[in-house]
Amino acid sequence: MIIVENLIKSFDGNIILKGINTTFEAGKTNLIIGKSGSGKTVLLKCLVGLHKPDSGHIFYNNRDIVSMKPKELKHIRTEIGMLFQGSALFDSMTVLENVSFPLQMFTDYTKAEIYKRAMFCLERVNLLHATERFPSEISGGMQKRVAIARAIALNPKYLFCDEPNSGLDPQTSILIDELIHDITAEYNITTVINTHDMNSVMGIGDNITFINQGEVAWEGNKDKILTTNNKVLNDFVFASNLFQKVKEAAINDSPEEA
Amino acid sequence: MEKILQLYTRPFFLLGQYIVLLLQVFTIPDKWKVFFKQLIKEIYKLGVDSLGIVWIISIFIGAVMAIQIQLNLTNPIMPQYILGLTTRDTLLLEFSSTIMCIILAGKVGSNIASEIGTMRITEQIDALNIMGVNSANYLILPKVVGLMLFTPVLVVFSMFFGIMGGYCIAIFTDLVSLSQWEYGIQSYFKEFYVWYSIIKSVIFAFLISTIASYHGYYAKGGALDVGKASTKSVVVSSIYILLMDVVLTKLLLQ
Repeated sequence: MIIVENLIKSFDGNIILKGINTTFEAGKTNLIIGKSGSGKTVLLKCLVGLHKPDSGHIFYNNRDIVSMKPKELKHIRTEIGMLFQGSALFDSMTVLENVSFPLQMFTDYTKAEIYKRAMFCLERVNLLHATERFPSEISGGMQKRVAIARAIALNPKYLFCDEPNSGLDPQTSILIDELIHDITAEYNITTVINTHDMNSVMGIGDNITFINQGEVAWEGNKDKILTTNNKVLNDFVFASNLFQKVKEAAINDSPEEA
Repeated sequence: MEKILQLYTRPFFLLGQYIVLLLQVFTIPDKWKVFFKQLIKEIYKLGVDSLGIVWIISIFIGAVMAIQIQLNLTNPIMPQYILGLTTRDTLLLEFSSTIMCIILAGKVGSNIASEIGTMRITEQIDALNIMGVNSANYLILPKVVGLMLFTPVLVVFSMFFGIMGGYCIAIFTDLVSLSQWEYGIQSYFKEFYVWYSIIKSVIFAFLISTIASYHGYYAKGGALDVGKASTKSVVVSSIYILLMDVVLTKLLLQ
């Protein structure tokens, strides 16, 4: 579980995060949503320690990473897996080498053990046929799957995903979402996903945090989002006609259910 | 007022940033095995792959130098062997170390800056940092050590092929007799000139690799900015090579 308390972050006097308070639960897919420029990515980068907040606390199971010394932070980082928007695979390495990399750096496994674990992770994302290919030789969806395999190689307790569906077709997006959702439940990981994709919100939003102008404007889950009265959230989520119709259907259905 | 102040403080900020990066680079590698694997790769990529360009440039410059010296120093009171001697000393003292390192700053420096810069803008460096890897140490240290180890080899290689270029002039033209050329390249030989060149090249290699890495590591923006970082690294390292050349010549030869 990750608890964020009064997180404030500014750049050159421009305050981006204005006192964020939220909780990301273990074993669930926690989504951060919001308009472009609302501070989602900054929040995610603060969570993983790439940005140091001006003030506030980020507790990883009661361990505050904001006040941690670099050595302690380095230890925590081995418990973190991250999936970047552009996959961030190492260009000079093959798919297998990419997945093996964290194992080589942070374990005392033998070559055979590293190979076995990397192949297990690649099998989990259904990529055993592409082990010897380079990132430039595979599709965007496959790159995302390799990045997931690399992120789970060290059995992380926390998984962070920055726009995992950007640039992917709807079908592949659903596959990636399901994969992240399944892995989260299977290994009881605290997964935090930063997304714009409303299909993801409706599909895997166990816990949703809506950020608006650097503040938490709404919290809930995929069921509650359909019936919320929060105007800013409704304007954001139901901007498209399709989702407006989904919302209308949900509202029409709810009295009958009651 | 603030802008003027910034103009004066910026060089100190950049120097501080460079020193901070070097402090991150020169730490004990997380895994020695991984470091040596990277080191071998870098020696091959930055050093061995540069042998071709060093060979071609050195042989032609050696040949041209021999012709130029012959044309400009022809004098009845000047012995013919002076051509070999002057060509050899020019190659040993300046061309094979300083000029060759400026050429390497273009080839190797731009390669380092664009590689690291691309890794920065495609979030590969962030990925390393999040994993808990000291990205500066992992990416830059093998390049610095690799280039510092292999540049002296390139310098000696350049000296040899430069003299071979002059040899070709002696063999294929009538500008100088072969015996006079051979006598010239052996006359008044000072071994220290070779060591002087090697010492300079090691320091230049350090400058090329660290300055290029610095520009790549702190690259921001997109592909255009990586190109700018790459160009800037070549310009800056060339200037520092020339500056250091003056300092080292004063220190080592006087």
